[in-house]
Amino acid sequence: MIRFQNVYKRYPERGDALAGIDLEIQTGEMVFLTGHSGAGKSTLLRLIGLLERPTRGQVLVNGRNLTTLPRREIPYHRRQVGMIFQDHRLLPDRSVFDNVALPLMVMGVHPKEIGRRVRAVLDQVGLLRRERALPVALSGGEQQRVGIARALVGRPAVLLADEPTGNLDPDLSREIFHLFERFKYVGMTLVIATHDFDLVEELGHRTLRLDEGRLVSDTGAW
Amino acid sequence: MSVNGRRPLHQSTPPRRRLVRARRPPILDRLGIWLHQHRQTLIDSLYRLRAAPLASSMTVTVIAISLALPTLLYILSANLRLLVGNWEQTAAISLFLDFQVEDQQAQALASQLRGWPEIARVELITREQALAEFRDLGGFEEALDRIQENPLPIVLVIYPQPDRSDSAQLEALQSRLLELPEADFTRMDTLWLQRLEAIIALMQVIALLIGVLLGIGVLLIVGNTIRLEILNRHIEIEVMALVGATPGFIRRPFLYTGAWYGLLGSLLAWILVGIALLILQVYVSELASLYHTAFKLSGLGLGEIGILIGTSILLGLIGSWLAVDRHLRQTRTL
Ligand SMILES: Nc1ncnc2c1ncn2[C@@H]1O[C@H](COP(=O)(O)OP(=O)(O)O)[C@@H](O)[C@H]1O
Ligand SMILES: [Mg+2]
Repeated sequence: MIRFQNVYKRYPERGDALAGIDLEIQTGEMVFLTGHSGAGKSTLLRLIGLLERPTRGQVLVNGRNLTTLPRREIPYHRRQVGMIFQDHRLLPDRSVFDNVALPLMVMGVHPKEIGRRVRAVLDQVGLLRRERALPVALSGGEQQRVGIARALVGRPAVLLADEPTGNLDPDLSREIFHLFERFKYVGMTLVIATHDFDLVEELGHRTLRLDEGRLVSDTGAW
Repeated sequence: MSVNGRRPLHQSTPPRRRLVRARRPPILDRLGIWLHQHRQTLIDSLYRLRAAPLASSMTVTVIAISLALPTLLYILSANLRLLVGNWEQTAAISLFLDFQVEDQQAQALASQLRGWPEIARVELITREQALAEFRDLGGFEEALDRIQENPLPIVLVIYPQPDRSDSAQLEALQSRLLELPEADFTRMDTLWLQRLEAIIALMQVIALLIGVLLGIGVLLIVGNTIRLEILNRHIEIEVMALVGATPGFIRRPFLYTGAWYGLLGSLLAWILVGIALLILQVYVSELASLYHTAFKLSGLGLGEIGILIGTSILLGLIGSWLAVDRHLRQTRTL
């Protein structure tokens, strides 16, 4: 589903944020991406979501070569990749429902269908009864679940999460990770960048470790 | 609020995996969705204007003033043209005949001229009539008494057809008349008319120039207003791009906002022009009454109103397009 071939990402101000990355992630895998701050985790996720292009090498996602994908195709690629951020990136002036509905509106889904699908994912993340609330009225864990619902609602093939539990206490973090496991079991491909080493070990999925932009360890498929 | 505890795993409704892009809905549905989205954006963008009433109304006012100024100039020049048209219709050419021409000959010439298509009416003034008129003017009696013979020639006053009386056509008629064997000279006071026409033409060029300059101003005003709105909403724009919005989708609400500014600005401009005309009419009426006539300033016609509104909306659209486009090109993730 995801393949990196000798990928480099260089920032002029900093040098190589990623250097010589080779990796392959199969459909339906759940992969943890670890490494200290500045190791290049976010950069790697941004390359998969095509928020940036590699300086060198090839990134392939779901059969598309992102290195050569024309600019006008980028939005359609993003619809196949759900993204979750540590800071949620919810729109503060819109209700939970409207936040989650955003990807469907962008895709031009029929309004009736939007209502049905948004409620279905809100049900999955346990927020059906908060659909009218504004994000500020929610706890950190609930906000993160809104972010997850938004990433899921378009039924993406790949789900990327950048330190999704960075601001949450361990119990909430565990809950979120269990939610992710459910998606893995239905065949979604997940890549989760995290600092949460205890949980990574406890859950025991394939784990990649980055250091200074290099892939230093890969536990392989579990 | 345990997520996992809500339902046993095997019963959960899983997100259906989708490797292939979903089948596109039928064309009618797509059209319906498209219309729905546009209607939604149209309404949303109006609400946004209302959310910041001070800033919005300032922008609308500046647009309105920028449009009202050239529009007013244009209207005034159009009215002047109308007025000049009225005057031209009463223009007449005085044809002074050779001194030897007798009354009978003059009569014959007059009826010949009446047959010309560009001539509406011919009046004959005999020497005696001319002399009497001259006497009536006063101050010349003594001088006239000393002269034995009537020094005045016969004059034919020629009134051209109203629809053939612009200055170029009058000039042509004049030279044709001069070619007549009986003709001595002609006189027509059209120089001031020509000057007035030139002034009107100049006014129209100025109106056009000011219109173009202020139109560019409107473009910049809308562009800047939209730029500020983009800055306010850059998080929203970024999130939309992250979930797969096309540039067209991101652009749409801002284009609608720009169009609203254009529409509201032109409507206010129309009102401003109307008020200005009401005020001007007071003075014009006063002036006209001095000449024992009435003149009513005419405002914008339906087509002209359409052009005003259409141009303004177009300027709003272009201004916001430029602003959004610049932002989209500057933002890496978009
Ligand atoms: N847009 C950018 N411009 C310049 N340097 C960047 C940019 N993004 C990331 N970096 C640098 O690349 C390195 C990797 O960053 P990142 O991928 O965010 O690491 P991580 O997510 O593992 O903490 C860091 O040193 C960071 O400073
Ligand atoms: Mg990071």
